[in-house]
Amino acid sequence: MPVPSSVLAAAAPVWDWGYALEVLPDLLRALVVTIEITLLGSALAMALGLVIAVLRRARIPVLDQVVWAFVEVVRSTPLLVQIFFLFIVAPRFGLTLSAFLVGVLALGVHYACYTSEVYRAGIDAVPRGQWEAATALSLPHSRTWTAVILPQALPRVLPALGNYVISMFKEVPLLLAIGVVEVVNAAREAGSQTFRFVEPYTIAGLLFLALSYPASMLVRRLERRVGTV
Amino acid sequence: MPDNLPRIVAVLLDGLPSTVIAAVGGIALTIVLSFAAGLSLLARRRAVRVLARIYVEGFRGTSEVVQLFWIYFVLPVLVGLQLVPLYAGVLVLGLNHGAYGAEIVRGAVQSVPRAQYEGCTALGLSPAQRMRRVILPQAVVEMLPPFNNLCIQLLKSTAILSLITVADVTRQGVQVLIPNFGPDTELIFAVMAVVYLVLALLITAVMRVAERVAARRVGRRPTRAARGSTVTPAGAR
Amino acid sequence: MIVFSAVEKRYDDHVVLSELDFTVSAGEHVCLIGPSGSGKTTILRLLMTLEAADGGTIHVGGECLTHMLRGGRLVPADEKHVREVRKRIGMVFQQFNLFPNMTVRGNLVEAPTRVLGLSGDEANARAVELLELVGLSEKIDAHPTRLSGGQQQRVAIARALAMRPDVLLLDEVTSALDPELVAGVLTLLRDIGERTDITILCVTHEMGFAQDFAHRVLMFDGGRVIEDAPPSKLFAQPDHQRTRDFLRAVIDRA
Repeated sequence: MPVPSSVLAAAAPVWDWGYALEVLPDLLRALVVTIEITLLGSALAMALGLVIAVLRRARIPVLDQVVWAFVEVVRSTPLLVQIFFLFIVAPRFGLTLSAFLVGVLALGVHYACYTSEVYRAGIDAVPRGQWEAATALSLPHSRTWTAVILPQALPRVLPALGNYVISMFKEVPLLLAIGVVEVVNAAREAGSQTFRFVEPYTIAGLLFLALSYPASMLVRRLERRVGTV
Repeated sequence: MPDNLPRIVAVLLDGLPSTVIAAVGGIALTIVLSFAAGLSLLARRRAVRVLARIYVEGFRGTSEVVQLFWIYFVLPVLVGLQLVPLYAGVLVLGLNHGAYGAEIVRGAVQSVPRAQYEGCTALGLSPAQRMRRVILPQAVVEMLPPFNNLCIQLLKSTAILSLITVADVTRQGVQVLIPNFGPDTELIFAVMAVVYLVLALLITAVMRVAERVAARRVGRRPTRAARGSTVTPAGAR
Repeated sequence: MIVFSAVEKRYDDHVVLSELDFTVSAGEHVCLIGPSGSGKTTILRLLMTLEAADGGTIHVGGECLTHMLRGGRLVPADEKHVREVRKRIGMVFQQFNLFPNMTVRGNLVEAPTRVLGLSGDEANARAVELLELVGLSEKIDAHPTRLSGGQQQRVAIARALAMRPDVLLLDEVTSALDPELVAGVLTLLRDIGERTDITILCVTHEMGFAQDFAHRVLMFDGGRVIEDAPPSKLFAQPDHQRTRDFLRAVIDRA
């Protein structure tokens, strides 16, 4: 990276537009990584959360208590600790994962424990009469779920799931602790080469705002259309 | 019992003061900012509403880690104010969660039925009296369950202070213990989890008492959430 | 066709049905009347296996609903056994319980194809035929939420009939309808009663309908049958004071 002129200047301005433009490409590249992790992590959270919700409804002895305890522990301990846990403990069991993958897994599993509650609320909101009608028609269990209950429960949970995707996006920077080059880490690297942190960190903040604010507006519109659980 | 357990516990507990100060300070600041910004969102003057909205959306729209780094690394350059890491942490925790709390306060105040306002008008109460004596006591009952979630989110967020060198429970575990007691890694994480679980339970216990007191003051039975048994109800964000 | 013997049902400490015995012959139309909370609806829910009895046995068409034979011994019925017997029973609910995520056609073909294994064409032909019977042919591709309550209930009746059940359970099927829509649904039920030989059990507050539809009326009170007679007898000269009080209260309200 070329040495920016601002470092050489005796009295650098508080905000250097030239320098800001210089660091922008690196930050945008890191933003793509951040989005990738968010999308993969969200996919995992949505799938695993649904599995947890359906599993918990089946009330299988022992398994139910195990899943309950797991969900409570994950929701009551810091995500950062869980990231470290996966990053440090997995290799000890012969499972060497890239930092990127650790990020996807940690975020996905963490958020699955929240989305499972969203699904549960959505499933509970389907009237009892729907289960009874399915029984009266002798529909098999699997068909009752896939044709009757989930098609009614899922639209209602979309806004809440959308909010969790946005939350996850904003928590991706925690992964800088294990070396993932997401937006904040990229800003830190840019800054530590030039000793100017104002521009990189400010741009990093604005990038988050530029994506998550419109996204949350979209979720709010969706909420008005399909309601919430 | 593993030989190193007492030492592991001792080192982790060295981080407890930082974690507790961050959490308690953060929660205190969150409550103040939540009410200030939440009521401002409902203010009659447009300028006040807009300012509050900018604060709320600004902090909800950006990442907490960015906010932390900005206040710790950028603010000193801009205004020459270098904060001690722990205080910078408390400030960020409060500012961030206060933005979420503001929406809780706003929603709760708006959920008080119209008829209550009309009753106050009929009795000739001033807007300030109306808010303090009638609306807020009712709204607080609605706020407490979501505030419980918010406080537990804040507790979990204290871990990010380890990223700016605050020696909290997380930093003690990951930076001090694991390099020295590698073979006990799983145990270290288990004890860390227990510490955070206990703190979360403490917060929930305090909030339960608050919920009961608030509910009794407005002559209501505790809500379902107040009687439920889960440690953390659905996420606050 | 239906035999209840010594059936008991409790919710916690509250006894809903105690030592209940009664039989219904094939093709019979039986109306269950009585004050609310007397256990009428519970009987239908037990027959549909939406709830399990706490004691006694229930037989439908010679097969036991509550128990099954395993190794020569009677044991509580398992899910598989219950599923098999259930196919012969259909139910129409007070709140219709149509699937809002499917069209009218979807509601009608879902179970015949998935449960009875009919082909799409066969199930569709059945749906068309039944919708004609209930007078809603033009609504076949409508969504249930776009229909009036009376239309929804007709679709629900057609949906139950699409399974060709031996026994049809009607649970206060007109209670949720606006008064002007009640007559149409009752006429449809009379029509079905005349055209088919389905055994029908019907919980209702419509005494006029019970009078001309039922072969037998069972008066319930406190979880027991206190009077069992043809409608001509039960409505004209009830034996019990409780029955007289109940009928007077219902007729006054109407």
